[in-house]
Amino acid sequence: MIPAPFQYHKPTSVAEAAELLKKHGSDAKILAGGHSLIPLMKLRLAQPEVIIDIGAIESMSYIQEREEGIAIGGTTHYVDIANSSTVPKALSEAAAQVADVQVRNRGTIGGSLAHSDPAADLPAALVALKGQIITSSTNEHRTLESNEFFQDLFTTALREDEIISEILVPAESEETGSAYVKFGNKASHYAVVGVAASVTLTNGKCIEASIGVTGAGPAAYQASESISELVGSDLGDGAIEKASAKAGEGVDFNDDVHASGEYRAHLVTVFAERAIRLAASRAS
Amino acid sequence: MGQSVTVPITISVNGKQHSAEVEPRLLLAQFLRETLSMTGTHIGCDTTSCGACTVIIDGSSAKSCTVLAVQANGAEVTTVEGLADGDTLHPIQEGFWEKHGLQCGFCTPGMMMSAVALLNDNPEPSEEEIRHGLAGNVCRCTGYHNIVLAVQYAADKMKS
Repeated sequence: MIPAPFQYHKPTSVAEAAELLKKHGSDAKILAGGHSLIPLMKLRLAQPEVIIDIGAIESMSYIQEREEGIAIGGTTHYVDIANSSTVPKALSEAAAQVADVQVRNRGTIGGSLAHSDPAADLPAALVALKGQIITSSTNEHRTLESNEFFQDLFTTALREDEIISEILVPAESEETGSAYVKFGNKASHYAVVGVAASVTLTNGKCIEASIGVTGAGPAAYQASESISELVGSDLGDGAIEKASAKAGEGVDFNDDVHASGEYRAHLVTVFAERAIRLAASRAS
Repeated sequence: MGQSVTVPITISVNGKQHSAEVEPRLLLAQFLRETLSMTGTHIGCDTTSCGACTVIIDGSSAKSCTVLAVQANGAEVTTVEGLADGDTLHPIQEGFWEKHGLQCGFCTPGMMMSAVALLNDNPEPSEEEIRHGLAGNVCRCTGYHNIVLAVQYAADKMKS
C-alpha cells in the first residue's frame, strides 16, 4: 500500500516547523515517528498534501528533570520513556506496553498524544499524572492540561497551527505511587481498556488520587467519581473497591469488534482496581 | 493532491552507501526491495503488525513498511542480507538452521533482524525476554518454540 503523493519538508527546528505549518495550514500534517500517521496514509484515510517531518529535530527528543517537573521532548520515542527511571512509573509502564519493540523504537509521545487514538496507552498515563502538554506555533506557546486535551475520538485541543513541543509531568515524591495496567488486544496490543492510577499517601491517609482511563470511551478521561472515594480514605479494600466500581461512571463505552460496551464497562472496574492497588503499593 | 517532487537521499545499507532520487511517499521496504532489488526484506501484512519487514535502522529494529525512505535519509540500515559474512552464516542464521526455526521462511528475515537487535541490547536474554522481544513478529507455521531455541542458540554462540 502506497500513500498518496505529498510534498516533503524536513525542518531543523521547532520554529521552522511552526512556520511551515502556518504556511500550509490544513493541507499539512506533522510527521514525528510516523507510526500513527503513515498507516493512515497507506490506507488513504489521511491524504495530507504536505508532510512536515520533525522526527530529525534532535533538540526535540529529551527527558529532563527541572524544578517544575519532568520535561519530555515531543519527539521522544516510547523506548526512551519506557527505559527511563526519571519519569513517573505510570508513564514508563504505559510506554513499555505500547505495541511492540519495533513500534516503541519509532513512535513518539507527541505523536501518540496528538493522534488521541481511543485505545492508545500514553493518554491514560498523562491524565492520571495530571501532565501538561506544551504546544508551539509561530507566535505563542500554550500549556494545555491533559484532562482537557483529549476531547473526543481522535480529537484534541491542539490547534491546526500547533506542534506538541514538550510534555511536562510532575515529579513523584516518595509518598506518591503510580501504575498503568491494561487489558491489551492480543494481536495489536492496543488497550481494550487501560487504567493509570496515581495516589499519594501521607500518614496512612490518601491525600491525592488521580485515575486516567483509555480504551473505554471515545477519548482518555479522568475517573473523577473514583477519586472522591479514594481521597481521605486509608486506601483499604473497601475504598479501593468502591472507587473501582465507579471508574466507568457516565462513560459512553466503545462497542466494537474487539469488545462490547458491556464488557469494557466490566474491564474498567477490574483494571481500575489493579491499577489503584499497584499504585498504592508503591506509595510511601 | 500533493505534488510528487522527488527528493535525493543517501542511505547506508549493510555498510554500502546507496543514493537515489525518490518520491517522498516511497516506503523504506519498497526502497530496499524495488529500488535496490534487495528482496530479503519481506512485506507481509503491510500494516505494522507482522514484523516480516523488520530491519535495523541506526541500531534499532523498525518495521520498514511504516518508515518512509526519506525518513531514513542518512541512516545506517542493516537488512537480512547483511547478516552473513560471505559463506559464513551469522549465529542467528545458524540458530534458525540448527533448531529448525522456520518452515515456510516468510517471517524469518524479520524474526532474525528482531533477534539480532534483541541480542545486541541483551546478550543473555531469558526465554521470557526473547518472547517479549519478538512480540512484534508473527509466525504462522513453525510456531514460536523453535524460534526461541534458535535465538538461545545464537546467544550461546555469540557469547563464546
